[in-house]
Amino acid sequence: MIVAALLPFAIGGVTLALLLALYRLLRGPGLADRILALDTLYVNSLALLILLGIRFDTTVYFEAALVIAALGFVGTVVLSKFVVRGDVVE
Amino acid sequence: MTLPLLLDVAVATLLVIGVAFSLIGSWGLAKLADFFKRLHGPTKASTLGVGCVLLASMLYFSFRPGAQGVSLHELLITLFVFLTAPISAHLLVKAALVLDPGARPAPPAEGDGTTEA
Repeated sequence: MIVAALLPFAIGGVTLALLLALYRLLRGPGLADRILALDTLYVNSLALLILLGIRFDTTVYFEAALVIAALGFVGTVVLSKFVVRGDVVE
Repeated sequence: MTLPLLLDVAVATLLVIGVAFSLIGSWGLAKLADFFKRLHGPTKASTLGVGCVLLASMLYFSFRPGAQGVSLHELLITLFVFLTAPISAHLLVKAALVLDPGARPAPPAEGDGTTEA
């Protein structure tokens, strides 16, 4: 019962975290800041998906969370490599 | 949504800790002054924040009514996030140093370290 009462606030808190990361993504100022903000957005949306899974009492969100985790890591690595080397596939 | 009271309290506590860390991490990302300071926030959020939320989810889905054994999906996600978070942070710092070489701190002076002269 406590969990059911708490979940809307938890989802609201993670949404607020997403908005803060979005603010840094739009504001910049540097390229590295934007990549870091994108990485944070990925991680926060992962937490949001898990919370939604508890809220709706279903396990279908786990696969989505796993795909987001994998794509977030690949995206961050590729963007950083592009900044360092100027190219992705050498 | 009918867990025993003790488990309910445990899941709720883990949720509060996880969400608080996620929120504080993103707040640090939005508020701190330069890139290398900003990097501190999200790295804590991705390990402690997501870790606690996934632990809460693991408890909930293992003990909810109609649960089929221990829920191990979350363990996969936790392992993946814990393995990849340091790597992406390391690559981000390398990218930031390429973009702004002046941000690299000066090497320590001769005989300034802890080793004997």
